[in-house]
Amino acid sequence: MSSILQVQNLIKKYDDFTAVKGITFDIKEGEIFSLLGPNGAGKTTTISMLSTLYAPTSGDATIAGHSITKEPMKVRNAIGVVPQDLALYEDLTARENLMFWGQMYGLSGSSLKNRVNEVLGQIGLVDKAKDRVKTYSGGMKRRVNIGVGLLHKPKVLFMDEPTVGIDPQSRRAILDTVKDLNKQGMTVLYTTHYMEEAEELSSRVGIIDHGELIAIGTQKELTKQVGEAETLVLHIGENEDPAALAAAFKGIKEVLEANVIGHEISVITPSAKDVLAAVVTKANERGIKIHSIDIREPNLEAVFLHLTGRALRD
Amino acid sequence: MLKTFLIGIKDLRIAFRDRAALIFMLAAPFALTLGMGLVTGRFNGGSSGLSNIPVVIVNLDHEQLGNTLVELFNSEDLADLVEPTSSADPEAARLLVDDDDAAAAIIIPEGFTRSVIPQAGEQATEAKIEVYANPSRPTSAGVIKAIVDEFISRVDEGSVSGQVSIVKLLRSGRITPQEAQAAGTELTQRLNNDPLDGALAIKLNASTADGEALKFDILAYLAPGMALMFLMYTVSYGGRSILTEKAQGTLPRLLVSPTNSMQILGGKVFGIFLTGAAQMLILIGATTLFFNLKWGDSWGVIVLVLAAVFGATGWGMLITALARTPAQVGSIGSAIMLIFGIMGGSFISIENMPAAVQTFSKITPNAWALNGFTTLGLGGTLADLSTPITALLTMGSILFLASVVLFGKKNLVQK
Repeated sequence: MSSILQVQNLIKKYDDFTAVKGITFDIKEGEIFSLLGPNGAGKTTTISMLSTLYAPTSGDATIAGHSITKEPMKVRNAIGVVPQDLALYEDLTARENLMFWGQMYGLSGSSLKNRVNEVLGQIGLVDKAKDRVKTYSGGMKRRVNIGVGLLHKPKVLFMDEPTVGIDPQSRRAILDTVKDLNKQGMTVLYTTHYMEEAEELSSRVGIIDHGELIAIGTQKELTKQVGEAETLVLHIGENEDPAALAAAFKGIKEVLEANVIGHEISVITPSAKDVLAAVVTKANERGIKIHSIDIREPNLEAVFLHLTGRALRD
Repeated sequence: MLKTFLIGIKDLRIAFRDRAALIFMLAAPFALTLGMGLVTGRFNGGSSGLSNIPVVIVNLDHEQLGNTLVELFNSEDLADLVEPTSSADPEAARLLVDDDDAAAAIIIPEGFTRSVIPQAGEQATEAKIEVYANPSRPTSAGVIKAIVDEFISRVDEGSVSGQVSIVKLLRSGRITPQEAQAAGTELTQRLNNDPLDGALAIKLNASTADGEALKFDILAYLAPGMALMFLMYTVSYGGRSILTEKAQGTLPRLLVSPTNSMQILGGKVFGIFLTGAAQMLILIGATTLFFNLKWGDSWGVIVLVLAAVFGATGWGMLITALARTPAQVGSIGSAIMLIFGIMGGSFISIENMPAAVQTFSKITPNAWALNGFTTLGLGGTLADLSTPITALLTMGSILFLASVVLFGKKNLVQK
């Protein structure tokens, strides 16, 4: 499969602060590529540069063969953008919004009307098309927000954390929409800080932190970085001292890592079952009450934890 | 160009769906006009608000036309409007104006009648009526000037055209000097019998199409005053929408569509212009319909509205370019709306304000547009509006250019 998007050493600086520190990656035509990272990692800045909203400080990228720095108008015709925050006219109806944005992408006449009807069907809002957007629920607004990005049938769709702040049902609908679009051949660049979304959707994942792309590959390739290790997650009381307990866990022979995330301690180990008794004993010795214990298979969260020493939600 | 138009139409649609904005754009100026009309007695047969304008007339002509003009100012028709006094000395009359004891002095030169109607064998000489206007009373002076202009216009139409025709025929060689003399004598006799063909029927303004005489209506001053004041609200509301779009993410979204920044900015300006023009035209329609207000020459009204909205839009853009947030635009816009409303004569006639305020008022679109609407209310036409229209268009152009420079300096897409 050929690359439809190639990023070369992209850098964005704001005075003394470097938001994106020379990232390089490519996206194959027809794949869903996720940029996974915590808030402030540089995901939105990266998408803003790729969508030609912000000029990069240095570096370049090509999308569908067009440079974002030299041919921004051609790039804009090739991409669809679903921004993180809702970007709609709330005093207009869903149909009016879609008509207006379609016109901004050069659609007109019957092709515009037909496409708007198609998109309304795609986002499941045919019945509500004549209602003003301000009367919609958060999930419905999100769907219109996505619909705007689909109007001109872009070659690459950028989706910047499209599920932030919405109910589980709407989230499910959005994830299904993304998968449907991908089945129809659309290439998607999806940013998220939810590990589960990246795992469910992505062909490949790039993990970004502090403006650097620290790992890239398929989920299988990435989880290999933490070996076959499992993660034991202990939830302890709010008044307990998790740092001291995590330090004690590191003394257990089979424990590879022990990290504190709030009132949880993540213990990475080749076999959770084998260290479980030792972990509970250490807690009892310190009089710390364990509320619950989860055992997790190797996942992207563990990869991020392994690479950064922090949890994605930190 | 099409995208600019579409963005403007979208903004117009959004503005007219905002109930709060509609209250300020339409309901408030309409209600205030109604209220001030009630206060001034407009709705119970009260005066026009302009009354007993002191005017000094110096008649050095002492013949038919000069006497007719004096009679006109002393006629029943103008009894409430003007308070004429006579003087024999032009300098003394000018002094009264300089001392602000009169709104204007009308100096009818010696031989004025003969300049229009030469006697047999006489060579026509030029003699013009002078209206020495008081600059601190522009509206009152404008009324006097309008009456004199109307008088001269009627004289021109009724008699001079005939005389000019004779001169033209003579110059072209189509009649002999003897024939011209005969024709001139005939014309003189006719004018002596009926000097002004009913000039005493001259009213303050021209007649309407159905022959009804127009009188200056105080609402013709108050209604545009209120409409113009709230036009400033509309343009700041429109300007605020640029920053609102930035905050709500639609401006960045527009910027990542295949639409360039000049199309977007042009569309926003066009939207403000359309909304302002729609507001003014709705108010003009409503006051015409409900208050039976005659705004005057239709073409003059339309062109003046467009020029006024253009000038005001310039201010809206400048406020937006200087402000950082939509709330700041709202605050500055409201302040400017009131300041310009007061200084521009929406509440009190500019001529009653101190000289410094009158000078300051020149930077407000309100003052220029109000000047134009007053001219139209007094029977003026589009041809009489060159000064206010030029001033408004110049104002709008300068402010728009300044705004573009300021917009260029601050990156609109940076959050």
